[in-house]
Amino acid sequence: MRTLYQFHGGVHPPTNKAQSARAPIVPAPLPSKLVIPFHQHVGNMAKPLVKAGDRVLKGQLIGMPEDGVSSAVHASTSGTIASIGMEVVAHASGLPDLCATLIPDGKDEWAMHEGMDYRSAADADVRFALRLAGVVGLGGAVYPSDMKLRTGRHKIKSLVLNGAECEPYITCDDRLMRERAAEIIRGAEILRFALDAEEVLVGIEDNKPEAIAAMRQAAAASSDKIEVVAVPTIYPGGGAKQLIRVLTGIEIAAGVRSTEKGVQCFNVATALGIYRAIQFGEPLLSRIVTVTGNVRNAQNFEVLIGTPVNELVALADPLPDTNHYIMGGPMMGIPLPSAQVSVVKATNCIIAASDKLFPPAPPPMPCIRCTRCADACPADLQPQDLYWFAKAKEFGKAQEYHLFDCIECGACSYVCPSHIPLVQYYRFAKSEIWARESEKNAADKARERHEYREYRIEREKQEKADKLAAKEKAAQLAREQAAKPAQSASVPATTDASSEDAVQQKIQAAINHAKQQAASVKPKNIEQLTPRQQAEIAEIEARRAHIRELAQSHVDHPHVDHPKEAP
Amino acid sequence: MLSALLVMAAIAIVLGAVLGFAAIKFHVEGNPLVDKIDAILPQTQCGQCGYPGCKPYATAIAAGEADINRCPPGGEEGIRKLADLLGVEFKPFGGDTLPKPKSVAFIDENLCIGCTLCIQACPVDAIAGAAKQMHTIIASECTGCELCVAPCPVNCISMVVIEEKITTWKWKYPVYALTPVK
Amino acid sequence: MAEYLLILFGAVFVNNIVLVKILGLCPFMGVSKKLEAAIGMGAATTFVLTLASGASYLINQYLLGPELAYLTTLSFIVVIAGIVQFTEMVVAKTSPVLYQVLGIYLPLITTNCAVLGIPLLNVQAKHNFLESIFFGMGGALGFTLVMVLFAGLRERMEGADVPAIFKGSAIAMVTAGLMSLSFMGFSGLVK
Repeated sequence: MRTLYQFHGGVHPPTNKAQSARAPIVPAPLPSKLVIPFHQHVGNMAKPLVKAGDRVLKGQLIGMPEDGVSSAVHASTSGTIASIGMEVVAHASGLPDLCATLIPDGKDEWAMHEGMDYRSAADADVRFALRLAGVVGLGGAVYPSDMKLRTGRHKIKSLVLNGAECEPYITCDDRLMRERAAEIIRGAEILRFALDAEEVLVGIEDNKPEAIAAMRQAAAASSDKIEVVAVPTIYPGGGAKQLIRVLTGIEIAAGVRSTEKGVQCFNVATALGIYRAIQFGEPLLSRIVTVTGNVRNAQNFEVLIGTPVNELVALADPLPDTNHYIMGGPMMGIPLPSAQVSVVKATNCIIAASDKLFPPAPPPMPCIRCTRCADACPADLQPQDLYWFAKAKEFGKAQEYHLFDCIECGACSYVCPSHIPLVQYYRFAKSEIWARESEKNAADKARERHEYREYRIEREKQEKADKLAAKEKAAQLAREQAAKPAQSASVPATTDASSEDAVQQKIQAAINHAKQQAASVKPKNIEQLTPRQQAEIAEIEARRAHIRELAQSHVDHPHVDHPKEAP
Repeated sequence: MLSALLVMAAIAIVLGAVLGFAAIKFHVEGNPLVDKIDAILPQTQCGQCGYPGCKPYATAIAAGEADINRCPPGGEEGIRKLADLLGVEFKPFGGDTLPKPKSVAFIDENLCIGCTLCIQACPVDAIAGAAKQMHTIIASECTGCELCVAPCPVNCISMVVIEEKITTWKWKYPVYALTPVK
Repeated sequence: MAEYLLILFGAVFVNNIVLVKILGLCPFMGVSKKLEAAIGMGAATTFVLTLASGASYLINQYLLGPELAYLTTLSFIVVIAGIVQFTEMVVAKTSPVLYQVLGIYLPLITTNCAVLGIPLLNVQAKHNFLESIFFGMGGALGFTLVMVLFAGLRERMEGADVPAIFKGSAIAMVTAGLMSLSFMGFSGLVK
């Protein structure tokens, strides 16, 4: 028996998992359309590779990962791209983001794909394959998995598979482990090989006995040393840091990578996605989503990425008093801005919510410093102090009190007798600090560019002055030399005149050449102009012609008054 | 009477000697304050403060010649930081200097005649182009100072307000409605 | 030795220069918004006060004497001003940050009534040279202690839901009053 550790705090909210855990996973039918965001992962947005009207096949790459941390996006089924444009996405902001709208043709025709032998392939090739397959953390963090396989020179002792699923209502990992344990274990083997980990620990909360049994059976069949560990049920025991703490006793601070401590953690669904991507070359096109809450048939569906939430929820038959939807669990989930948004890689659960199921929070009362939040905090922080500083916008102090170690689990808000939305304050403070950081970076960059510009202007000035001085010197020298033989020779004068003539001719030739060139050059970018713009251009041309005329007349008749000066 | 004068004179001479020595021994070059003020300023180099750039404004503040509320791009946050640094009271913006929403310049490329006047005006080299070639703004480097707008002879530069995107979106300060007690 | 310690502790706690003698209130209110500034101010004042106590004793004893007693205040101010100037130069050289944080309050130590008050109290109490220095240092340490405590409270108060009308100096004054009351609790400490 493995000795388990404890993390500080934690809470026991009602789990509400039974409703959706009973029925097996059902593949959701093809929806009428798929809205696939190009930015479903942590890092840079994928670059669109298709345009409206293109026919795409299932699994075809439509978004190319860009620079550093990024991941690929694929067509979830075969069909036609109806549009590439801004659509409201499943994000707390309710703002639109770039999406591809795909109208399925119903054929579900696969693009060509093939697996690879990860044992003989180079590490970088395996990572690149995962990057191109769009595999990201499916526990909700959506961090690109290929980045998590970069261990640098750190030796990985333990690979932790996260099947804890601590949040209430959610059962997608539970059902997945019961039904596809063998594939998850295959994925674990790939990960263990890629990380060269000594041991594999699968942490599953002890309220999922069937999943534990299924995983133990599958693990027993594996040649690798894979241990399935039942961990105590406590929220947020499924947080990566908390699970690592429980299984290995290691604590990981903010800003420290778990690989530095010799541990790496993957969600069980991610392991399965990695297995499908490596073994069969199948990109991440679908995921298991729990649909539960205020519905008649709460259950898990295998859903194509991009399926509109309203079409998905309709399968579970929501009750009429449902008034909004929550993506994720009740503790950490976000209210969806609309039911039309699509399922993304982060969508592990959709909770249909009604006022009866989730009554609106009572108005917050002042903090009474009872420190129940500090008792509940799994990161061992002082939430009441963080609240104090975040509320007063004293961000520096909040950082001193380790704001960034907060995992936003909501345990503090859950126990708060004054119903203070503590996590909202922490999120506010964090995003404010990030914004300031980026503003400061922008200012530093601008300062650097400005200083360089000033330096450059100064340098150019100096160069010009030097050139002028050199010329002056040369002219001086020439004059002196010319002055000496001036009395004796009159020949240079004629040559001077002739050379002046030659210069004049050259200038004339250059002017003519320039004129010809100017006449032959056609204006660019004028094919698709509005009548207004054309009128504006005509006006400008007329003005230019007028100016040219004036200039000409000045040259020809220098004494003619400028029209503007004329009375 | 004489002794009183002598005593005071003696004290003055001794102190004068000590201070004179200290002034040489502990002489400080330059003013480190200017760099600190400059670090707070947003580096738009826009000149809205009435000084030709952020550094001159910082120098003026350090010398006590300029008020701290002359920098609209820095926002109230900037004034607060300056007030904090200098140990003076916060001062709201005056009538003519009000912060505007963050924006970047945009060149209507159909209208640009390639005169390079805006390139010469840009304090951070954020405009790419050459004589008689179309110019364009490098949006990521543009500080939104508006210095390029005025020199343009064909009025092809406009300021576009930066809209909030998902990547720049911030969580809002929690506010809750008060419900009247019945 | 015991009597020197008594003078020291008495000056720090029982006869605290700020909260009991109510001297030196302007830096107490002015430089107590930030903990670092308060510590810096305390350190600078301690330095100045200790030096000033010794120097003023020497001047009073050997230069002025009883016949020139009317020059006490005048000469003390001159000496203090000189020491403050010296301190300012040293701080500007060694710690530009502290120099910046202290700002106008550094030259204002010159007119800090605590700094003039303690040499005058020394004269009044007929302290000898060492007693003067201990009394000066004790007074300055008491000043520093109160500054640091008060700055800590004020930093914390920044985030508090203070009614709008009490915000800023008003609540600081109330807090200072409460601190003064609590320091009166020390009055039986040294017998």
